[in-house]
Amino acid sequence: MDRMLTNFIRALRSSEVHVSSGEAIEAARAVSIMGYSDRDTLRDTLACVLAKSAEEKDIHDHLFDLYFSQRPASSPNTSSGSDADQDGENDGNASGQEPPDDLFDLATSGDETAINMAVEKAAEEAGLSDIRFSTQVAYYAQQMMKAMGGDKMQGQLLDALRARTPEAEEQANEIMEARKDMMMRARDRAEQAFDIFGAGETEQFRDDFATRKALSALDYRDMERMKILIAKIAKRLSVKHSRRRRKKNKGQLDVRRTMRANAGVDGIPFNVVWKQKKRDRPKIIAICDVSGSVAQYVRFLLLLLYSLNDAVPDLHAFAFSHRLGPVDDVLKDNDFDPAMKKIMNTYGMGSTSYGQAWSDLKMEHWNLIDRRSTIIVLGDGRSNYGDPRTDLFREATQRAKQTIWLCPEGKSVWGAGDSEMLRYQPYCTQMSHVATLKDLERAVDEILASYA
Amino acid sequence: MSKMSTTGYEALTSIDAVTEGLNSVGYISTRSISTAVFLAHGLRKPILIEGPAGVGKTDLAQSMSRWLDLPILRLQCYEGLDEGKALYEWKYGKQLLYTQILKEKLNDVIGAGGDLTSSLGKLSEFEDLFFSEQFLESRPLLTAMKQEAGSVLLIDEIDKSDEEFEAFLLEVLSDYQVTVPEIGTITANVPPLVILTSNNVRELGDALKRRCLHLHIGFPEADRERQIVKARVPDVEEKLLGQLVGFVQGLRDLDIKKKPSISETVDWARTLLLLHANALDEAFVRDTLNVLLKHESDIAAVQPELNKLVRSASDSHASGRTASGYPKMS
Repeated sequence: MDRMLTNFIRALRSSEVHVSSGEAIEAARAVSIMGYSDRDTLRDTLACVLAKSAEEKDIHDHLFDLYFSQRPASSPNTSSGSDADQDGENDGNASGQEPPDDLFDLATSGDETAINMAVEKAAEEAGLSDIRFSTQVAYYAQQMMKAMGGDKMQGQLLDALRARTPEAEEQANEIMEARKDMMMRARDRAEQAFDIFGAGETEQFRDDFATRKALSALDYRDMERMKILIAKIAKRLSVKHSRRRRKKNKGQLDVRRTMRANAGVDGIPFNVVWKQKKRDRPKIIAICDVSGSVAQYVRFLLLLLYSLNDAVPDLHAFAFSHRLGPVDDVLKDNDFDPAMKKIMNTYGMGSTSYGQAWSDLKMEHWNLIDRRSTIIVLGDGRSNYGDPRTDLFREATQRAKQTIWLCPEGKSVWGAGDSEMLRYQPYCTQMSHVATLKDLERAVDEILASYA
Repeated sequence: MSKMSTTGYEALTSIDAVTEGLNSVGYISTRSISTAVFLAHGLRKPILIEGPAGVGKTDLAQSMSRWLDLPILRLQCYEGLDEGKALYEWKYGKQLLYTQILKEKLNDVIGAGGDLTSSLGKLSEFEDLFFSEQFLESRPLLTAMKQEAGSVLLIDEIDKSDEEFEAFLLEVLSDYQVTVPEIGTITANVPPLVILTSNNVRELGDALKRRCLHLHIGFPEADRERQIVKARVPDVEEKLLGQLVGFVQGLRDLDIKKKPSISETVDWARTLLLLHANALDEAFVRDTLNVLLKHESDIAAVQPELNKLVRSASDSHASGRTASGYPKMS
């Protein structure tokens, strides 16, 4: 398969378009049918074979434009031969080991084709397609200059400066101009290569880093990235959990449905129907402590849960610090950021009392909790030495399918000071320390999996 | 492709041929659609079409069958669809009937006075009879495999089917063969042109996506939409056509739940024609808006913008007319 195509596929892979080897082979077959001659056809062809969703299509088109924009100028058999064109080609060939005869002549010749060809050749020699980070642009540009014969030019420049004659001065200026020009071209080419091969991977690296970073340490700049990440996580979890699977209970005959299914054949059971168990839809009741220390975590949990509406159609969220109240409507009617602000203003001001929260829950919302529901408590369990009302909490957990407590504090400080974590722990199905987006994802994933 | 010469796919010679062919049966294709169809034939791969409802996904398959004059076999997917409905089923009733007949004729068949071994031997000759092709009820997938001149197989709304069914399709789509345990493997001599459509109710499996060419059909550009409406509703006047397409295009830019697609534009054009409208005005639009928008909240959201939309639709059309020099109708 030719190099142009494999490199393009590599660029796609680095930008999160998953191209399997099978698809790569298909692409080569498709191109062999269609040919490289027509750009639009080539784009449609590759998009059809390689990109498998609307988003991937966008990435593909973007990369296609970047990647194939530099190609026409560089292919040797386009634009038939002026003398300079021939020269450029020869230079290019000669530069296998040695730099082209004279970079200065080339740069000042004004022959775009030849210059582009030399730049392209240098890019190949410098291994430009290995570029990964934007900080490498300068390095690769330097390498390309070297490959094009920058050293010799440097020598010329020094000679000219040493001569100290007006003509030499003049020449030195010209060389410096030419060098600047070539350097710019090399830089542009390197930046373009970074857009194609490196940008996707750099993004992935940043994303990876952000999912592992402690949520409390995130600052304002990270918020937009986090939102995109959460949307991605939500999509992943939805795909994984949104399908209702029937479990076939082989061995348990469903007599009624079997009889009905075989009524047409005189009741002789050709088709046997087995009893099926339907899996419950997840029902989640999220109870969030929105006092200052935990508020940041609440943002992410709620954002994630609300992005999951495919997989979790039945979601109720409550916020409390002193008094507890439902926040579903606020979140539904407003955009996320203003909604959070509203919630903080309404519920975030009081002094935290877990006991009060449970009693509010019991008075107003007890009926929501049934044997299908999962209670998620997000809080640090610091109740300002008030009565934790473990009796009410126990009652709630007994009504529910399971109770998961997510705590932003590490295990070592549970129970220290006014933390009531250890007193609540016996009643929880699980109690875990949540510090990063990864932890949050795992916790929600496990909850959804428990409904399978 | 020389061995394909006896099939019904001869007309698929180039991308332009596809565009023209589809055009001749009233389907206004784009370059990417034609490329996908041409490649599907060239690579012998199914096309998976995604996109919003009503942009002509299903219609592409139907138009292809009309153009190539091949039978179309349609398999509508839904939750709980299984092999019995997609592939084949045994004709139980007929088998039962034949068993009854056999029972009555049993003595004649076995012949009186034979011993047990010879009777069984004679009986076993009939065994295969019951599981032969004459008792096989062929469903769309199997029928498509058996077409001598090729066919268009439309697997509609694959995203509505279960994951198990998707997995089951893999054999059919990659090798164009189906296995019936009692008979053996049936391979298509001429593979059908397979079109799968999806509205993205759920994400399809990677395995299926990998086996398909992927085509995304979005909302059409104004020019193409005009051509489509023109092809579907030939009686609509040029001036009204430009206005209504302009209006629908403007509508799609608004933030509404369900954006009107081509089928709605066509319906609307028919509606306006019935009402003998020859130019767009706000009152008309207000009365017929429910043809375009299917949600009460969308209609409410659009109401305040109507005046502006109608005006810009007629303006843009007026300038477009002078620039491109449409022939004056009426």
